[in-house]
Amino acid sequence: MNPSATPTRRQIHPPPALVSPFPYHPGSLLSASDLTLAEISHILTRATILENQDPLTRDRILAKRRVALLFYESSTRTRTSFELAAKGLGADTTLVSSLSSSIEKGETLKDTGLTLRALGAEAIILRHNSSGAAWLLESETRLPVLNAGDGMHEHPTQALLDLRTILAHLRPGMHTVTAEILTGVTVAIVGDILHSRVARSNMLLLPRLGARVLLCGPKELLPELAAKAGPGIEIERDFDAALRQSQVVMMLRIQAERLAGLQLDLEEYKANYQLTGPRLAAQAPEAIVMHPGPIIRGLEVTAGVADGPQSVILEQVRNGVAIRMAVVERALTATQQGGHA
Amino acid sequence: MTALLIRGGHLIDPAAGVDGLKDILLKDGRVAEIAGPGKLKQANGAAGPDVQVIDATGLTIAPGLIDMHVHLREPGQGYKETIATGTAAAAAGGFTSVAAMPNTRPVNDSPEITRWMQAPERGASIRVFPIAAATRGSKGEAINDFAALKSAGAVAVSDDGLPILKDAVMRETLAAAARVGLSVIQHAEDTRMTQGASMNAGPIAFRLGLRGWPNEAESSIVERDIRLVQELRDSRAHLHVAHISTAVALAAVRQARRNGLRVTCEVAPHHFLLSEEHVGLYNTNAKMCPPLRASADRDAMIEAIFDGVVDAIATDHAPHAVHEKEVEFENAPNGITGLETALGLSLRWLHKEGKLPLGRILSLLSAQPAALLNLKGRGTLAAGSFADVVIFDPKAEWTYNARATRSKSRNTPFDGWAMQGKVRWTISEGRIAYADE
Repeated sequence: MNPSATPTRRQIHPPPALVSPFPYHPGSLLSASDLTLAEISHILTRATILENQDPLTRDRILAKRRVALLFYESSTRTRTSFELAAKGLGADTTLVSSLSSSIEKGETLKDTGLTLRALGAEAIILRHNSSGAAWLLESETRLPVLNAGDGMHEHPTQALLDLRTILAHLRPGMHTVTAEILTGVTVAIVGDILHSRVARSNMLLLPRLGARVLLCGPKELLPELAAKAGPGIEIERDFDAALRQSQVVMMLRIQAERLAGLQLDLEEYKANYQLTGPRLAAQAPEAIVMHPGPIIRGLEVTAGVADGPQSVILEQVRNGVAIRMAVVERALTATQQGGHA
Repeated sequence: MTALLIRGGHLIDPAAGVDGLKDILLKDGRVAEIAGPGKLKQANGAAGPDVQVIDATGLTIAPGLIDMHVHLREPGQGYKETIATGTAAAAAGGFTSVAAMPNTRPVNDSPEITRWMQAPERGASIRVFPIAAATRGSKGEAINDFAALKSAGAVAVSDDGLPILKDAVMRETLAAAARVGLSVIQHAEDTRMTQGASMNAGPIAFRLGLRGWPNEAESSIVERDIRLVQELRDSRAHLHVAHISTAVALAAVRQARRNGLRVTCEVAPHHFLLSEEHVGLYNTNAKMCPPLRASADRDAMIEAIFDGVVDAIATDHAPHAVHEKEVEFENAPNGITGLETALGLSLRWLHKEGKLPLGRILSLLSAQPAALLNLKGRGTLAAGSFADVVIFDPKAEWTYNARATRSKSRNTPFDGWAMQGKVRWTISEGRIAYADE
């Protein structure tokens, strides 16, 4: 703008935006950034205790409590592990998915949530294709809501199970996290960052524990402004350079269902960003390789890497059950423990 | 018709250059006489049993406010708003005229609908001036008969809610509107850049996982339209940019004005008071089109109001039913209500906080929109003008309560906000349209 056209800058400071429009239920888990370090430590500790507990005593913890799984998108890992987690604690679960319910007939998220509450659901685990859906469901039902993935936004339990996996390899035996526990650790998140809720939850969580997050991908899938999402986040577009700096490599799937008309040259993508055996051996022979799934073998990773010795992909899946037991337990017992309401 | 005598108030009529204590006599829907306190001529009927007296001591009297951008939802969407409820809200906000956008169901692209909207059966409390669709069905293809629309009462043409994307159609719209003396109001959004977008493009949209609406989607259309006005400059074409929201589009308007082109713009209170941060955690009452922008853009709006590049404050009053906004952010309709809060917000923030003179604010809310829409005898209280008056207490501070609104809808981000300046009476063509209890 022409500087001569701006005589005196007028400063007006209207009220800032409210940080949160309503008090969360203390059992809810909507965003990875909602958790204090103490709460993260508690979840990690409980995950290990619950995982090792005798299943016959464990299932008394939430005996006959009611948990609803409300899924607007397909899911294998998240749905099954939440279900196994809730059942492992003795809770009754019910699954409502968009293709076999009144959602197909046009029922809104609000009405579906209120209906589940009226049916006795004490907590709702929500997977939804719209960013922010979990906030809407919580504000309308006031039930504990566990965000199992909202659009392109967040997937907090994935970030927690990824953290558990990272700690198991880099900080074995540690369950109490601090702001320095991952100091010196660089985590590369590679691929379709733009459309990834896993990337967002991890890039908000890991820097709070001291880790450095390197985002890596082409401009179409990784806009420059991603580095401004929070502290401790940098962009490195050269995959080899990113690998050389990283102890943890998190590979992401290209989310074809969210590309919204974006055209990608897949051959070029593979040439630049596919994690192959030789590339891994040359640039990061010590790093662990993670992937939230589903994997598209031969696209973002080769089969050899997915099945190789550096891959911890199935460990992540296993950790999902333990983490989700702790999170479901927290959802239904948070008031007794004195949550953050 | 009975006469109204407004006594003891402080008249601010920027268009007539009046700023002082005056008594005003309204008769037969017009301003009969204005004189110093106690000086009205008895011969003019300033006394007698059929003269209703309003004591305006300590109050400000001004030309009734004019909102050149509202959505009254009739015909077709009476569950959101009707002309009766929308104008009742307008009167409560101090407005005596509103210009109603044509994105109704069906689209107002005909003299019949234009007349229907103005018919007494609609129950309007104040004057409604329809803005007719520029193209058939607002599809951006075939231009409507502007002469017929104008004689039916249309005061401008626009495809608001949608842009006119095709260069040839926009050029022909500007030329045809100029021939009949109408302004073209453009909703500047290149919809090819805003597919699926639900908030301003930037770091906050990225963090919230929402698709963003880039500044260029607005500025590229404004720049294209200015180019067309330049090419048509001999025809006196008038381009008015609706709800401008970006610094870069404002810079283009500023430059066009320096080049002597008839290019004007309006800004909505939410665009000079709120920024993208107010989306918070998916507050659907902070979702509108154009979206709340970065704070640098918000600051540019304020600056342009102060330095005169902004021609009008217009609300873009866009009522939606509660259930329509209680949905996922991406699925919520765009728009917020604004008629009851425009004056209170402008006085609170531009006047009290920003020290912009009261007369400047009233001009942006009345004389200037009247001139843009060529509303003769409005936007001023000079003798002979329409008796459209707002009387308000400029010092009164109050809190807006959306649940008490006269509108059918209450989708506003300003619920619970502090307001300055309480409307006591709104008088539309000599008739009391609103009185504060």
